[in-house]
Amino acid sequence: MADVVFLALSVITIGSAIAALEMRSLIYGSIALMGTLGGIAGFFLLLDSPFVAMFQLAVYVGSIAVLILFTVMLVKRELIFKKVEDKRRKFVGIALMLVFMVALGSIIMDSGIKTITTDEPAVDFRNIGADFLTYYWPALILMALILTSSVTGALILARREDENEQRTD
Amino acid sequence: MSNELIDFVLVSVAMLGIGIYGLSVKRNAIRMLFAIEIIINAANLNLVAFGRFLPHSGGQTLALFSIAIAAAEVAVGLSLIIVAYRMYQNIDIADFRSLKG
Repeated sequence: MADVVFLALSVITIGSAIAALEMRSLIYGSIALMGTLGGIAGFFLLLDSPFVAMFQLAVYVGSIAVLILFTVMLVKRELIFKKVEDKRRKFVGIALMLVFMVALGSIIMDSGIKTITTDEPAVDFRNIGADFLTYYWPALILMALILTSSVTGALILARREDENEQRTD
Repeated sequence: MSNELIDFVLVSVAMLGIGIYGLSVKRNAIRMLFAIEIIINAANLNLVAFGRFLPHSGGQTLALFSIAIAAAEVAVGLSLIIVAYRMYQNIDIADFRSLKG
């Protein structure tokens, strides 16, 4: 059975996920998204994988959430608070969500994974490093190239062209 | 360990449902990015949970890859939103109809 820490974390995570989508202001929404990402990091700690939890905190809460917050602040003030959605679409969305949850949940509850528990020790994080450098090294290099190219691409996309022309004279 | 695998998987299913709701209802581009982030985090939670209960180190390794790729995806997505905002002065995706500048 789940313990109290797990229940509290799941309430925080799911509640702030709903808040991130339903808050009126986008700024509060992105702060609630930070709560969701931190809650997921807490789940990683519960799953005995502190390395992934720290990576999640550094990458998601530290950089992605702050990046989203700054992008929100670049947008005009009235667009942050404006909320365009029609009622019928919202009901259809909620119905879709419930159908997905009930269908996937009942499939999972019927499958055999309900009884899986483990007493074995957790995976040591040294094994992750060994994996990265032995079996997964092409993927690691490819990931580094993808990160470099995507960040360069983001910089080029977000650059203003009018300022660039002034600088070249 | 007092928690079972099914608990983590059910939380992940709930987050996937919330993300699908956000993607299908919201028309604000930044909010759709929020929904994508929630779905990606549900997938990461599944990876780490199954990796813990097998137990196998592949789950955590793939979760690390997934987090790094998601960072790249968010950077490109946000810069695309900024470019579109500069072009249309709006972040409503119903306005992003024409592809020419």
